[in-house]
Amino acid sequence: MSTATTEAPAHGARDGGDARVRSWKTPIILAVVALFSLLVFAIGAPANDVTFRLSEDGDAIVLPPLVVSAPVVGWIAALGMIALAVIAFLRTRSARKVPTWVPAVFAVLFLIAFLTWVVGSARTPNVALYGLLAGSVTLAVPLIFGSLSGILCERSGVVNIAIEGQLLFGAFAAAVAGSLSGNAFVGLFAAAVAGVLVSLVLAVFSIRYVVNQVIVGVVLNVLVSGLTGFLFSAVLTEDPERWNSPPRLPIIEIPLLSDLPVIGPILFEQTIVGYLMYVAVAVIYVELFHSRWGLRTRAVGEHPKAADTLGVNVNRVRFTNVLLAGVVAGIGGSFFTLVAVSGFGRDMTAGAGYIALAAMIFGRWNPIGAFFAALLFGFATNLSNVLSLLGTPVPDQFLRMLPYVVTVFAVAGLVGRSRAPGASGIPYIKG
Amino acid sequence: MKLELIGITKRFGSLVANDSIDLVVEPGQVHSLLGENGAGKSTLMNVLYGLYDPTEGEILVDDKPVTFKGPGDAMAAGIGMVHQHFMLVPVFTVAENVALGNEATKAGGMLDLQKTRTRIRQISDQYGFDVDPDAVVEDLPVGVQQRVEIIKALVRDAEVLILDEPTAVLTPKETDELLGIMGQLKADGKSIVFISHKLREVKAVSDVITVIRRGKVVGTADPDASTTELASLMVGRSVSLTLDKKPATPGEVTFRVRDLTVQAANGQRVVDGLSFEVAQGEILAIAGVQGNGQTELTEAIMGLQDHVTGSITLGGEELLGRSVKDVIRAGVGFVPEDRSVDGLVGTFSVADNLVLNRYDDDPFARGLSMSPAVIEKNAEEKIAEYDIRTQSASAAAGTLSGGNQQKVVMAREFSRPLELFIASQPTRGVDVGSIEFLHRRIVAERDGGTPVIIVSTELDEVLELADRIAVLYRGRLMGIVPGTASRDVLGLMMAGMAGDEALAQVHDVQGGNL
Repeated sequence: MSTATTEAPAHGARDGGDARVRSWKTPIILAVVALFSLLVFAIGAPANDVTFRLSEDGDAIVLPPLVVSAPVVGWIAALGMIALAVIAFLRTRSARKVPTWVPAVFAVLFLIAFLTWVVGSARTPNVALYGLLAGSVTLAVPLIFGSLSGILCERSGVVNIAIEGQLLFGAFAAAVAGSLSGNAFVGLFAAAVAGVLVSLVLAVFSIRYVVNQVIVGVVLNVLVSGLTGFLFSAVLTEDPERWNSPPRLPIIEIPLLSDLPVIGPILFEQTIVGYLMYVAVAVIYVELFHSRWGLRTRAVGEHPKAADTLGVNVNRVRFTNVLLAGVVAGIGGSFFTLVAVSGFGRDMTAGAGYIALAAMIFGRWNPIGAFFAALLFGFATNLSNVLSLLGTPVPDQFLRMLPYVVTVFAVAGLVGRSRAPGASGIPYIKG
Repeated sequence: MKLELIGITKRFGSLVANDSIDLVVEPGQVHSLLGENGAGKSTLMNVLYGLYDPTEGEILVDDKPVTFKGPGDAMAAGIGMVHQHFMLVPVFTVAENVALGNEATKAGGMLDLQKTRTRIRQISDQYGFDVDPDAVVEDLPVGVQQRVEIIKALVRDAEVLILDEPTAVLTPKETDELLGIMGQLKADGKSIVFISHKLREVKAVSDVITVIRRGKVVGTADPDASTTELASLMVGRSVSLTLDKKPATPGEVTFRVRDLTVQAANGQRVVDGLSFEVAQGEILAIAGVQGNGQTELTEAIMGLQDHVTGSITLGGEELLGRSVKDVIRAGVGFVPEDRSVDGLVGTFSVADNLVLNRYDDDPFARGLSMSPAVIEKNAEEKIAEYDIRTQSASAAAGTLSGGNQQKVVMAREFSRPLELFIASQPTRGVDVGSIEFLHRRIVAERDGGTPVIIVSTELDEVLELADRIAVLYRGRLMGIVPGTASRDVLGLMMAGMAGDEALAQVHDVQGGNL
């Protein structure tokens, strides 16, 4: 019997230190990826230069294109990744935590190496970097709205699988209302209303009638897909002029700021939906973590009974949050018919709602995290589009799988542990 | 503030949980509600706190009738409650938990946590709570979490504080601290309703004791009344609180545990290097506050845990790494701590539950088919022998009371020759009458020459049954002391002091007093 066991500090050291099993997951994954990068991106690098264009010829400020040698970038990045893997290994061996910057820098290096390699191997090793990034943001807009909708629901304890349905119904309503009125803003409003309608069904069945939330969500997605598909073929295609030719939302360029190279077209040449997205991320973040509404929402999602014993009406908070989520996702849906293309197509959201759900988990139920996660997915999608045009050695189909592969890895929790709100998916019944 | 309950009745369907209960809580008084598990204490308090609507009856605050539609109304009237299962959001900080529902806000509904922190520090200093407003609740020890609950009530200016079984999760030292805090609150003029079934604590702290049995007030008692008196009032007949048992006659040591370590999914060692042995014909009690590795230890022996290293031998044979069925076949009887989840299949009949671990053996089965007649006959015998109160052998086990469910589990485990008997919380949620019976059965098994391991968080039970006592703290063995060890020694060990040191310290203190 050790006498040291009676001293409090001894326990603290034991709990924080060797009592935990060292997790070799991170160093092993990093090492495997680093070796792969060494083989493919450094040793297997194409022996030519790669050009990244940073601005268009007509821009106010013209930056010279960035020209790099593919093997040089490949070697630097691969050696950097190996160094990071070694750091992770050493930290793990001495039972310390691997700092979060290690995998972050690692990911950036991998991305640079991959991009240089894949563009360098293309028939024309020349790509517009600003276009690649701006396109990513554009593609990410509906994903971000979708994951914000998911966050609003799950933080209050309701699982929202119906994001896909909310987006699709929003897109449909925006197209029809926009066409009939000839005004894109009417379409935008109609999209929000459509999102709320889907939410209303979700809220009534999952909160009032305590039906399994995942089942209600899946059923709603199928319902919206069938309903819009039917109306599309029965009504919209009969007279597309009247029903399915909404005006597009105008792009609002912010003077001066939109002239900035690279970031100008990314941030300051957007439609109102794009700007609303930034506002929504910021507002929901601040409100969720710093307001009374946010505190109650999180409490209801973590431990509803505790909130109830303090006089918070659990189901009312959940109901309003689910409806609010409908507004957000509906606006996101309008992106498909008022911004991306002008007109509705059958099942045009094509799984964006599920990717948004993954972005929410990847972003750890945090609006800012979800924002960056969605950007990553948008980037992956856009990269596959751009690369298929450039003619890369990687088959087009594989590139199109990229966002889904990223999603699987994200949801599998390979990037740190995600922890869902404690009561997410569990209906609250008093007593 | 004076609080009065008049004729409170609460029915759930045909079940009468509270039957016209009258209760008066005077200002500056500690009023204890004493009763067995399921007597209706918690229901009554949930009615008072606005969580349930009373079917009949009236609540008076300072002689004025009030109705509480929800806990919000009760809090507004000055009633605070510390629930048995804490109502704290684990991922929130102390300040966020205290603010919830009663938030100080700045413009635009933004939280003003600074105000809440200041209030927490004030209260914390006043009562010596030592609570950091910015600590995350799930990282705090249970005793501190309880203080956060008390702060939650005090911040809302509670005049009457309801404490529902507050000592169930505390170490003896933490219990003493809590009793001290209750004294301070009382001195400040607050009234306290103290709900408990632990006679010793009730006697130590109460001004008035109201005893509840089967939903009715059966009388009030004076704190000076003897524990035997209180117990018989609680149960409704005279009970003997002390068990007559002969001294143990330990035989050969057949059960040995060496360097047993169990890791949780997150890598934490929940059982950490345990070594002990149990001889035939003795009872080893494993004491400790809930959640210090007891569950994992018993489950590791049964083969129910993953990530187990070390060695467990019974009669020279290694048990570790064998399937649960093999362990049962080796003659290990096991009463799990949560009978309704792990001990019984609630929707199965009593008869089926009595053969759950032998359904495929002779004589209960022949080839692929079971023998219902034999199972039925076995059930009739056990029901008679163990006095199991059930409508019939074919009634669903889930419909039985806690004590009778536990008898079913015990009867099943004792119905075959055992080489080792393990019981986890053998009498939790069991009425006092049945406790007596179950304890006698356990001692009888010991006298029959079986090594027995009892895991209990109730010191009374440990002291009553044990021939030797092992204390677990954070998965480690603090030492093994004789069954005659004092509460003080056990209390120190349960808080993490090694056994020999605890013995020495208690000895010194007593020596100094002489």
